[in-house]
This record gives sequence, structure tokens and C-alpha cells, in this order.
Amino acid sequence: MIRVEHLTKAFNGHPVLQDVSLEIHEGETLAIIGRSGSGKSVLMKHIIGLMKPDSGRVFVDGTDISSISYSELRLVRRQFGVLFQGGALFDSMSAFDNVAFPLHTFTRKSEDDIRRETQKCLDLVHLPHVGAVNPSELSGGMRKRVALARAIALRPRYIIYDEPTSGLDPETSSTINELIKGLARQLEITSIVVTHDMHSVLAIADRVAFIHNARMHWVGSINDLHSSEDEVLHAFVKANEYFIGAAASGAS
Amino acid sequence: MNGVVLNLVRPFFSLGRFSLLLAKACGSLGDIGIYRKNMVVQMVRIGLESIPIVALAAAFSGAVTTVQTAYQLVSPIIPPKVIGAVVVPSLTMELAAVVTGFILSGRVGARIAAELGTMRVTEQIDALEAMGLNSVGYLIVPRVAAGILMFPVLYVAACLIGVAGSLLAAMLTGVVSIGEFILGAREHYDNFGPYFGLIKAFVFGFLITSISCYMGYYTEGGAEGVGRSTTRAAVMSCVFILVADFALAIVLL
Repeated sequence: MIRVEHLTKAFNGHPVLQDVSLEIHEGETLAIIGRSGSGKSVLMKHIIGLMKPDSGRVFVDGTDISSISYSELRLVRRQFGVLFQGGALFDSMSAFDNVAFPLHTFTRKSEDDIRRETQKCLDLVHLPHVGAVNPSELSGGMRKRVALARAIALRPRYIIYDEPTSGLDPETSSTINELIKGLARQLEITSIVVTHDMHSVLAIADRVAFIHNARMHWVGSINDLHSSEDEVLHAFVKANEYFIGAAASGAS
Repeated sequence: MNGVVLNLVRPFFSLGRFSLLLAKACGSLGDIGIYRKNMVVQMVRIGLESIPIVALAAAFSGAVTTVQTAYQLVSPIIPPKVIGAVVVPSLTMELAAVVTGFILSGRVGARIAAELGTMRVTEQIDALEAMGLNSVGYLIVPRVAAGILMFPVLYVAACLIGVAGSLLAAMLTGVVSIGEFILGAREHYDNFGPYFGLIKAFVFGFLITSISCYMGYYTEGGAEGVGRSTTRAAVMSCVFILVADFALAIVLL
């Protein structure tokens, strides 16, 4: 379980997160939503220890990662897989080598086992034949799927998706959403999805955390989201055209 | 006022951050097993792939120094063999190391800063860290170690090719015979010269790679930021080569 307690972070005196608290339960898919620049990605970076809070604490399985040493933090991070916004694939390596990289680096498996495991990850993201291709030759959606294959290579307990559908067409977005949902079910991974795409939220999330004005404004289940009368949340959700479309098709 | 204070403080801030980066790099030396493969790659990129441009620069430096020395020194009362006595120490003590350093500031320094800068702005460095890898150890240690190991090799190559260029220029222009050139070089040969040059190469190798890694690793602000880091890496490497060259001359000579 991941627990964020009273986290506060400011950049150049400008508060980005103020007194943010949140619990992420084992096996669930939590969507962190909010406007662009609301601090969602900053919260995500705190959860994997890429940023240190000005005050407050982040617990991963009971360990306060804001106060442990760097070498201990690296061990905690190995329980996470992260899908960055642009994929963050290593452009000096082929798609296959990108996925195999964590296996080569952190396991003592034989070359044959690594090859098999890597191919299995590429199969899981429905890209069995792109191994030899360089990241620069892949489309945006394919890059994200290869990055997802890399993120699950070590079978992490937690996986964090940073804007997984941003910049993608609706069809590719749906493919990514299905993958996120499918992987969470198949691999029993706890998923944290940072996004402002309500279509994606409705398709994959069990619970939603809404950040507004640097504070955790609202946390609840998808069902609660529909019935909530919170005006700020309602305005955010309504402003998303995908939500309107999804709600309409849901009603029909 | 705030801007003035910031500009005054910035060099100290940079020096502090540079020192911390090096300390973190030293702290990750124990994980060399993980970085070994990357180090071999960097030794090829920094060392072997630089040989053609270093050879070209060294050969022309040697040739030009020979012709100019002949023009400036040789007269009825100064024998031509003095050309060998001047050119060879100039190459081994100064030119081979400094010219190699300047060329590699552009070729190696800019490449390192651009690579790391691009990795920073495209979140590849964050991806390494998120996996639980020490990005400083994985990216910086192999590059700096390769620089320290390969620059002396390039220096030796530059010395040999520089002397060959000198001999070729002497032969083609006829300012001095090969025999007289070698005689002059041997009569005034100082054992310390090549050692002095090797120490310089070692220091320049460290400076160019570590400064460029620092500039690239802390890149901010997209493509423009990468461009800025790349330029700064090349310029600062050249500046610190000059400063170190002077400091080493004062300390060691």
C-alpha cells in the first residue's frame, strides 16, 4: 500500500502541492486527475522518490521513502514500473533492447531466458514484431506500448502511468486503456494513472483523486464521481468533452 | 539587485553542484559490474573514434611548427638541427595535449552534453532512476573513466603523428634534413617532457568529460536547453583546459 501524508512542495516559492494526503490500496487502479499544471506529475514523482517533499511523508509498504538513504530508495523503486509521458525509451537501443534492459541490469537470468521474457512482454502489449525497430521509427502509441512492456519487465508491484493517452488518437487511446486494464487484471498490479483524460478515467479507474489549487480536493470511487455534487469537480468533469460523449453513450 | 546577487552566487552554486555530482559518481564506483559494458562503448566513442581528427590536427600542428620554427630561428649562426630541438619538446610538452584537448572539447564534450541533455529533457534519466538504477553511475562514471583512460592514449598518438608530420614537412620543404632534425631532438631530449604531457592529458581528459557530463546532466528547458548545454560544455572545457595548462606549468615546471 502507498500512503501520502500531508505532502507539501513548492518551486521558487510557488506552492505546487499543499498538505496533500492520499492512500492507494493494493490491487486497485487509482486515477489522479486535475488540470494541466495542477501538480499531478509532481505528486507522481514524489511517490517514486524522484522528488523530495518540502514537508510531509510518502510511505511505500510502510517504509517512509522521503527519509531513507539513496541505496534503500533504489531498492524500493524496483517495485515500481513507470510509463513516462513520452515513453522515455532509450534511443540508443532497439525496442527489444529497451525491454530487455531492466532484465539484463537487475536479474541474473540467462540470455535465452531474457530473450523469452522480453518477447513475452512485447506480446503482452500486442507488439510481437517490433523488437528490431529503433524507438525513433515507432509511432507515439507504439512507443508508449514498448515503454509499457519495459515497465512490466521486472513484474513490478506498482505501475505508474503519466498521461498514458496524451497526444494519441482516440483509437490508440482505447488500445492503451484496454492494455492498462488488462495488465492490472493479468499481473495483479496496483496502478496509478496520472491523467486529465476523463474517457480514460472512466474506462480504467476504480477510484479517482482530484487535485485542485495544489490541494487534494476530492477522492472517491467512480460511482461517487457520477453522483458527486462537488461543483469544482463537476466543472472539471463536464469540461471534458470525452466525458460528455462517454456519459451519453452510457445513458443510451 | 537580485539579479546581480544571483550572478555572483551562481559560480559557487555550480561548483557545489559539480562537486556533489562527482561525489555521487565516486559513491557508485562499487557498481562497476553494471556499467562495464557502457564503459567499453564510451572508450570506443571517446578514444578510438577520435583518432582520425586527432591525427589530422597533430600532423598539421607538427608540420606548421617545423616550418615556423625554421622561419624564426634558423640563420647562419643557428644550425638547422635546432628545429628538432624546439619542435619535439613543443609537441610533447604542449601542442599534442592542448590541441587534442581543444579538438576533443568540441567532438567529445559537445557530444556528451548533447546526449545527456537530450536524455534529461526526454525523461530518459528519470526512467533510469525510476527503475532503481543510479543514473550518475550508469551515465557519468563510464564517460569520465573512458576520458581519463583514453586521453593519454590519444596524447601518445598525437605525439607520434605530430613528429611524423614535422619530419614530413622538413622533408618536403627542405628546411632541415631528417638526420639533423632527429639529432637536434635527441641532443635536447628531456625525459620529463612526455611525462608532463601525459599528466596534462590525464587532467584534460577528466576536465572535458566531467564538465560536459555536468552540463548535460543538469540540462533544463527542451531543445533550446540542450543547445545551451552543448555550447557551454565545449566553451567551458576549453576555458578550463587553458586554466589547467597554466596551473600545471606553474606547479610542475
